[in-house]
Amino acid sequence: MVREATNTLQKSVLWDWLTTVDHKKLAVLYLISGTLFFLKAGLMAVFMRIQLMFPMNDFLSGQTFNEFITMHGTIMLFLAATPLLFAFMNYIVPLQIGARDVAFPFVNALGFWLFFFGGILVSLSWFFGGAPDAGWTSYVPLASRDYGGLGIDFYVLGLQVSGIGTLVSGINFIVTIINMRAPGMTMMRMPLFCWTTLVTSILIVFAFTPLAAGLALLMLDRMFDGMFFIPGEGGNVVIWQHIFWIFGHPEVYILVLPAFGMISEIIPTFSKKRLFGYTAMVFATLIIGFLGFMVWMHHMFTVGIGPIANSVFAIATMIIGIPTGIKIFNWLFTMWGGKLTFNTAMLCASSFVPTFVLGGVTGVMLAMAPVDHLYHDTYFVVAHFHYIILGGIVLGLIGATFYWYPKMFGHKLNETLGKIMFWMFYVGFHLTFFVQHILGLIGMPRRVYTYLEDQGMDTMNMISTIGAFVMSAAIILLVVNIVYSAMKSPREGGDPWDGRTLEWATPTPVPEYNFAQTPQVRSLDPLFYEKIHGDGTMKPAEPIGDIHMPNGSIYPFTISLGLFFAGFGFIMLNMENAIISPWIVIAVGGIITFGSMALHSVKEDHGYHISKETVEQMEKEVGTNG
Amino acid sequence: MGENLSQPFEKSSMTPEEIRKINREQRIQTIAFGFMIAITLLAFIAVGADVVPGSFAIPFILGLAGIQLFLQLYYFMHLKDKDHGWPNTFIVSGIVLVIPTIVALMLLIGVTKY
Ligand code: HEM
Ligand SMILES: [Cu+2]
Repeated sequence: MVREATNTLQKSVLWDWLTTVDHKKLAVLYLISGTLFFLKAGLMAVFMRIQLMFPMNDFLSGQTFNEFITMHGTIMLFLAATPLLFAFMNYIVPLQIGARDVAFPFVNALGFWLFFFGGILVSLSWFFGGAPDAGWTSYVPLASRDYGGLGIDFYVLGLQVSGIGTLVSGINFIVTIINMRAPGMTMMRMPLFCWTTLVTSILIVFAFTPLAAGLALLMLDRMFDGMFFIPGEGGNVVIWQHIFWIFGHPEVYILVLPAFGMISEIIPTFSKKRLFGYTAMVFATLIIGFLGFMVWMHHMFTVGIGPIANSVFAIATMIIGIPTGIKIFNWLFTMWGGKLTFNTAMLCASSFVPTFVLGGVTGVMLAMAPVDHLYHDTYFVVAHFHYIILGGIVLGLIGATFYWYPKMFGHKLNETLGKIMFWMFYVGFHLTFFVQHILGLIGMPRRVYTYLEDQGMDTMNMISTIGAFVMSAAIILLVVNIVYSAMKSPREGGDPWDGRTLEWATPTPVPEYNFAQTPQVRSLDPLFYEKIHGDGTMKPAEPIGDIHMPNGSIYPFTISLGLFFAGFGFIMLNMENAIISPWIVIAVGGIITFGSMALHSVKEDHGYHISKETVEQMEKEVGTNG
Repeated sequence: MGENLSQPFEKSSMTPEEIRKINREQRIQTIAFGFMIAITLLAFIAVGADVVPGSFAIPFILGLAGIQLFLQLYYFMHLKDKDHGWPNTFIVSGIVLVIPTIVALMLLIGVTKY
């Protein structure tokens, strides 16, 4: 085997995965844990749809329903969509820019483990008196110490821990993309997925900091008798809404921009054309990123801030439609006149376009402040953001899975099963969510666990639930496909799709150092350029030599574990009859975290070298493989 | 390789020109730092010892804070340096994004309607 030549695989498998700092392995960890959280939150969604299948149903109690909506939203956004996107960003971005790894491999691992333990902390709430139940937005006063239960504490501390993870990963991606590009890979030659990753990471840095501040304030309110959000004591609840949405609206772009990037990779590959209007695409991404920070008040139109404020933010929101429209047309023009191949990845990518447009149209409808008083907190809003999230982000993710799977795991996913899955998903999705527009318009409120008979809502709710079943069947089929393909699909070489970008220039499986010699980039779509103007392989920018690699480390794991204990300790402050003093747990957690940090700083670790001979031998073996 | 990475070099590999530059930079940083400490102390003393009259105290402190912010960004965050394009971009965009945030949190909190 190729990889046994090097240091990392001389360890036991479990230890290797716990200590890895390799961006490719971390990507797989993100993929697996993101998928598990996705399945968990999806199951909750199905339960909620079963509850809403009939009027006055009593499948779930109102309290459980509230816990389910909260956990569904929180998990889907923070613990499923974000890590799944991070999985692809981690795996693909260093390959696409021709780098051997990310800029800070240790920080990369730290980001993963913080996210992971934060997610576990939120999920633990089920075993301690119930999950958070104030919605994913956790509005005060519902979430304040007077009205919110212990679940809210899990929400606050869990998101705080996983939020730090997301933040450090974002910083890592920024530095990687700015500093680690191969020679010739100028900013304006970067694949669009790298661009959207860069802008997303910038948004993360600027948006997750307000979230951390807001959560810290809420924690002070709930655990240390603060009064930032308690009106009776001089606080103000609207401030929480501002802080949350200053984070919250950029968050929706944090999620959707990488999906835009994926679509912009898949469509050119299967249209056999370069991306139409590359420069316009880049600037549209930047403008969307900027405007994403200027519109948060559209979530607060009905609070009563005043007409001028509402108008300003309404117009700002509508302006985002312009750069988004530019992107839509560029995708269409890329397909126009191309040699189209409609496999599963392309089906997802091309159907992303019309569904996202539908979500965008309802978005602009919602942005009309006076009319929003009608839509606000109805199923219309639910339909709007699910068109964006499922029709945009999830379709992008499924497409990316089919597209990059052969690079990540060495074989394709089965196309027949894939196409069946796609159509089931697509039909199920529209069945579920299209009728919810109408349900909202006739007055069905969101976040309410049941409804009365004979108000014209019975049939549409039934249709919606059936759609949800069809969609779940599609997801199960995807899992089946993964298992089936692992056993049946033939091995693939490095470039199974006749790709255009650098990741397809690496052999499969990708060696741990990615590129034996850093490639020289001569154009946008570098591999395609070499196929047309060169001999089809990348020219090296350096002679072959020893390769310096970072050592694995257990500290990212222990630092995060310590924060997990500390977070749990803070939650125990609000528990009645905790078995041991919370302060002990906090102290133990703090010692583990800061102790690991100290050890990491004191102990010198310069990594190791893969010798030139080993590299040459590994390259030869890889050559015969694929 | 690897083991000797943490040993100090016997002689600096920098040219005399570079050494001069670095020394100059160090001096500037130290002076800036001293000055910042001084104006911080000044703010405390001015209010604590009732040196400035009450009505003038607030604008006075805010003025000092303005100078402080400028020095911090310009010297410590290296806004003055030429090859700092990326960090500067990020600092400036941070400032641009933070202004509407602060304005909103001060004005748009539902007490007065705009
Ligand atoms: C064309 C761009 C978009 C526009 C104009 C837009 C507009 C809006 C508006 C005005 C609302 C507030 C509705 C209300 O509660 O009264 C809203 C809600 C929402 N939007 Fe969008 N949106 C856009 C894109 C997106 C994207 C890309 C996402 C997600 C990836 C998204 C996710 C959401 C979510 C989650 C809510 C619900 C907030 C809540 O809990 O009340 N939107 N959108
Ligand atoms: Cu929004």
